[in-house]
Amino acid sequence: MADVLNSTAMIAIEDAPAGRKPRRAVSRRNVVVYGLLLLAAFYYILPLYVMIVTSLKGMPEIRLGNIFSPPVEITFEPWVKAWAQACTGLNCDGLSRGFWNSVLITVPSVLVSIVVASVNGYALANWRFKGSDAFFTILIVGAFIPYQVMLYPMVIILRTIGIYGTLTGLIVVHTVFGMPILTLLFRNYFTSLPEELFKAARVDGAGFWGIYFHIMLPMAIPIMVVAMILQVTGIWNDFLFGVVFTKPDYYPMTVQLNNIVNSVQGVKEYNVNMAATILTGAVPLAVYFLSGRYFVRGIAAGAVKG
Amino acid sequence: MSVSAPEGRRSGLTRNIAAKIATLPMILTALVVFLGGTIWTVVYSFTSSKLLPKLAFVGFDQYERLWGTERWIVSVKNLMIYGVCMLILSLVIGFILAALMDQKIRFENTFRTIYLYPFALSFIVTGLVWQWILNPEYGVQNVVRSLGWTSFNFDPLYNQDIVIFGILIAAVWQGTGLIMCIMLAGLRGIDEDIWKAARVDGIPMWKTYVFIVIPMMRPVFITALVLIGSAIVKVYDLVVAQTGGGPGIASEVPAKYVYQNMFYAQNLGQGFAASTMMLIPVIILVVPWAYLEFSGRRRHG
Repeated sequence: MADVLNSTAMIAIEDAPAGRKPRRAVSRRNVVVYGLLLLAAFYYILPLYVMIVTSLKGMPEIRLGNIFSPPVEITFEPWVKAWAQACTGLNCDGLSRGFWNSVLITVPSVLVSIVVASVNGYALANWRFKGSDAFFTILIVGAFIPYQVMLYPMVIILRTIGIYGTLTGLIVVHTVFGMPILTLLFRNYFTSLPEELFKAARVDGAGFWGIYFHIMLPMAIPIMVVAMILQVTGIWNDFLFGVVFTKPDYYPMTVQLNNIVNSVQGVKEYNVNMAATILTGAVPLAVYFLSGRYFVRGIAAGAVKG
Repeated sequence: MSVSAPEGRRSGLTRNIAAKIATLPMILTALVVFLGGTIWTVVYSFTSSKLLPKLAFVGFDQYERLWGTERWIVSVKNLMIYGVCMLILSLVIGFILAALMDQKIRFENTFRTIYLYPFALSFIVTGLVWQWILNPEYGVQNVVRSLGWTSFNFDPLYNQDIVIFGILIAAVWQGTGLIMCIMLAGLRGIDEDIWKAARVDGIPMWKTYVFIVIPMMRPVFITALVLIGSAIVKVYDLVVAQTGGGPGIASEVPAKYVYQNMFYAQNLGQGFAASTMMLIPVIILVVPWAYLEFSGRRRHG
C-alpha cells in the first residue's frame, strides 16, 4: 500500500529540478542496483541449486563431474534411499522414522505452546495484575539467555516430574522456550485491539474465559497464523533440545539427518546425503513459500528466534 | 495498572485470580526455569559436581580449570572472530541489500523471497549443504581447478587456520535475510520528505544514507544488534553439522564445550562454569536493552 505512495513521491522527486545538471544516469544506476541484487541472489540460491542437482545424480557422475553441473542422467534413487534405507547406527530404515518423530513432536508442541502463549498474552494485555509486567520482563530477558545455561536445570525438572526423555517432556521444553516470543506476539496483538471491545464485554458480565473464548480468540486468527509459522519452522528445525531431551528412538529429523550425513563408517554417498538434507528442509521451506507475507510479518513482529 | 478497573481495587483482586491461574505457566517459566534455572547453574558452577550435581563448593576452581583448558580457549577465540565478523557482515550486507531493495525496484518480492528463504532452514541443513559445497574433493576447489587453475586452494573446512570462516560463509547465508528484512522495514519507516530535502540540497545519495538515514535508524540497528548478538553466543548446531568442531579442535565453540562436558564427559561443574561464562556477554548486551524496550511502556507496533 505504501508502495503506491512511494512511487508517486519518487516520480515527483525525479521531476523536481535537482541542483546539478540533468542526469541520464538512471539506467547506469539501475545496472548497478540490479547487478548487485542479482549477484546476491546468486549466492543465496546456489546452495539450494547444488542440493537439488546433487541429489538427482548417481555416485559415479558425482565422482567425475563438478557439483554445479546439472545431472546428465536424472535418478530418484538417492531420494528413495534417503527416505527408506539410510542408516543411523544399526537402524537402516531411513529418514522416514525421523520425519514421523518430528511430526509427532511438532504438532502437539505447536498447539500447546500457542494455547499457553495466547492466554498469557491476553492476560498481560487485558488483565494485568501486580507483578505481571515483572514476570513478562523476566520472560523476555530469558529469551536471550543461552539455552546452555538452563539446560541442566530443565533436565532435573523433567526428571523430577518423571517425563525426562519422553515426548511429553520435549513438548514441555518447546512450550517453555517458545513462550517468550509467542507471549510477546500475542500481548502486542491483544494490546492493539480497541479497548472498548473488552470494556463492553465486561459490562455485559463476561468473565476472563468468556471474553477469551468469545471475543479475543476469534479475533486472534491472523496472529495465530503468524505464531504457527514461527513455531512450526522453529520446532521442526530444532536440534539441541532433540538431542538433550529425547532418547534415540524419538530423535527428530534434524538429529537423524546429522547422524546419517556425519556418520564415520561406510562409503559417503553424497547424493543420498543431499536428498536427505532437502527432505529435512522441505517442511519449513514449504511453510515459508506458502505463507509468504505472514512469514515476514512473524519476523517483523518481534524476531527473537534463534 | 489494571486496564479495566471500574469496580475498584478489592473486587479487582478476586477478579484477577482467573488471570493469575491462567498465567501460571508463564509465571512458573519465568521464575522457575528462567530465573531459577539460571541462578541454579551459576551457583553450581562453584561446586565440584562431576557425574551428578552436588553442593560441594570449591570457589573459582572450575573457572581456573576452564581458562586453563586449551579447548575452551580455542572456543572463545573462535567465537570472538566469528562474532565480530558475523556482526559486521550481517549489518553491512543486510543494510546494503535493504538499501538496494528500497530503490523502487521491480521483482521486489522475488528478491525478498530469495534472500530470506535460508532463514527458514535449520542450521543442520545449512551446515550440511555448505559442507558439501566447500568439500575440497568435489566442491568449489575442485571446480575451479578443473577450469585450469590447478593450484587453486580453497578448503576452509579442512584448514585449521581458516575453518571458522568456512562456518561464517554458511552463517551469513542463513542469517542476513532476516537482517535485510528488519532494515528494509526501518528504511520504509523513514519520511519521504527527508529524501526530498536531501535531494534539494544536492547531497549525494551515499551521504544521505550515512549521515542522515542511518542515524535515524538507530532503534532498528539496536534491535538487529541484539538479535545477531544473542544468536552468535548460541551458535552450536551449525558447527556440529558443518565440521563437528574439527579439524582437531579448530572450530570448537563455547556452546559445544558446554554440551560436551554436561552430557558426554560427565563433568558437570565445567559445563556449568562454561555456560555461566556464556551468560556474561548476553547480560551486558541484553539487560540494558530489554529494560529500555519493555519496562513499563508498551511497544508500538
